[in-house]
Amino acid sequence: MRRRMVVVEGSYAVAHAVKVCKPHVISAYPITPQTHIVEDLSQFVADGDMNCEYMNVESEFSAISALIGASAAGARTYSSTTSQGLALMHEALFNASGMRLPIVMTVVNRALSAPINIWNDQQDSISQRDTGWIQLYAEDVQESADMLPQVYKLAEDEEILLPAMACMDGFILSHVYEPVILLEQSLTDEFLPPYSPEFTLDTKNPVSFGALADPSTYTEFRYKQEKAMGVALEKIEEIAKEFKDVYGRYYGGLIDEYALDDAEIVIMAMGSVIGTVKDTIDELRSEGEPVGLLKVRSFRPFPVDAIRSALKNAKIVITIDKNISIGKNEGALCTEVKACLYNTDLRIPVIGVMLGFGGRDIPMSTIKKVINKAKLVEKGIYVESEIADLREDMA
Amino acid sequence: MKEIRIHGRGGQGSVTAAELLAVAAFEDGKYSQAFPAFGVERRGAPVMAFVRLSDKPIRLRSQIYEPDYVIVQDATLVDVVDVARGAKPDGIILINTEKKPESFKLETKAAIKTLDATRLAIDNIGKPIVNTTLIGAFAGVSGLINPESIKSAVMERFPGKVGENNAKAIQAAYDIMEAQR
Repeated sequence: MRRRMVVVEGSYAVAHAVKVCKPHVISAYPITPQTHIVEDLSQFVADGDMNCEYMNVESEFSAISALIGASAAGARTYSSTTSQGLALMHEALFNASGMRLPIVMTVVNRALSAPINIWNDQQDSISQRDTGWIQLYAEDVQESADMLPQVYKLAEDEEILLPAMACMDGFILSHVYEPVILLEQSLTDEFLPPYSPEFTLDTKNPVSFGALADPSTYTEFRYKQEKAMGVALEKIEEIAKEFKDVYGRYYGGLIDEYALDDAEIVIMAMGSVIGTVKDTIDELRSEGEPVGLLKVRSFRPFPVDAIRSALKNAKIVITIDKNISIGKNEGALCTEVKACLYNTDLRIPVIGVMLGFGGRDIPMSTIKKVINKAKLVEKGIYVESEIADLREDMA
Repeated sequence: MKEIRIHGRGGQGSVTAAELLAVAAFEDGKYSQAFPAFGVERRGAPVMAFVRLSDKPIRLRSQIYEPDYVIVQDATLVDVVDVARGAKPDGIILINTEKKPESFKLETKAAIKTLDATRLAIDNIGKPIVNTTLIGAFAGVSGLINPESIKSAVMERFPGKVGENNAKAIQAAYDIMEAQR
């Protein structure tokens, strides 16, 4: 495996993965820290390495709108954005999902203004939770790249037909140089079938996408989107296993586990903090602490059953969120995990910690502090949810 | 695992130095990770880049707080940035300067080593761009990376005469520092 690895920037590995998925149309607007991905892609197109229409547009709203048109015409499409750019797409994201267009987008996660901040957290994609897009979160560069053929296959499945966001932490993954295997064209051709939708915009056989649905039918359109997410819930695991058969790599389907079997304290997290959590767990395990990790890979669809079953032996659950719902003092993962445990016999204390806002670093010492504080639950001292790494002069 | 922090000024190629170190170390059989300190880079402003080297795949994603090695590209930074911060007591701080190590009063137990990398760069490359020279010096100081791997990483990034001249500077810096090890 090592022999096939090269040390490249995360953005390059992702752009290369897009290339081997052979999209017909790319439209994007450059924005930090997504820029290197779209620069690499436009270079591939300019060099003739990709047979693809690269549309330069004047805003992210135009980028997603162009892809809605292209996807409805039957094209495989790709975009990438972040932060304010994703927020600007918001209205059209609902359209992409409602029209059942399997657009794939890399979200390079970044904080939202104001105050302006170009660094990583996950407020941007979490804020698009209810737009009807599939959302998967990657742990490292290899997974960020490998996720692309997986989400194309998922999104384009005729029983699903929903757009998908492959989320990777800005800078931490987009700008890191580390060893990866660049996706092979031959394996990708084997894994990912060409996109051939049943319904497309076609002047010979005119159809409408996104036509008016009055109260007699609108509910059923929403119902069918939810049903499609339900199918995605089943197929994410299946497709992750197919990916393993073809490429030999696996990151979990809906969730993944690390030292979880006998763990009494379970940390739940999404994205690049997972690696740091794993190293922390190794240290604490060597001191006899029963700590484990439940990685949430799929945030939409949310894997309720998988999480319930993975947590059945846990005594304390700690959720790490790089986002906040202001006014609830919780991150989205915390809220969702609490909700998914409610109608069950599992009454596990869920301690929500919010970390890493606007690029604040998350060292192992922070994870250890969070674990120690959560252990106060055993003494009846209970902090349900908080921003856990405030400056000392604020706390 | 060995951790390296590179201090420089925007435009001096600190991030490139980190990337090249990661590429060279991987060629040499180690796992590696290089990343910038994610600032809003401006020419001349103090910047940092980080490198991790390990025999095993690297999962840790935090910044580096207790480096085994610190590389300082520009000695004027010593007055404005605490370049010794967190350096391990048995670590090494490598400073590009014509001065002797004793002339730096840093609060650290780490060893200070100096090299006039600017002179080596001007002599070999014809420009005071010291990033490649300093990673050659790092190889000499640490013994962690084969200088041939560094030269090949640099020559792949900068093909032709430019790469060859950089390789000469790297070898010269390596030889000087390796002799002091």
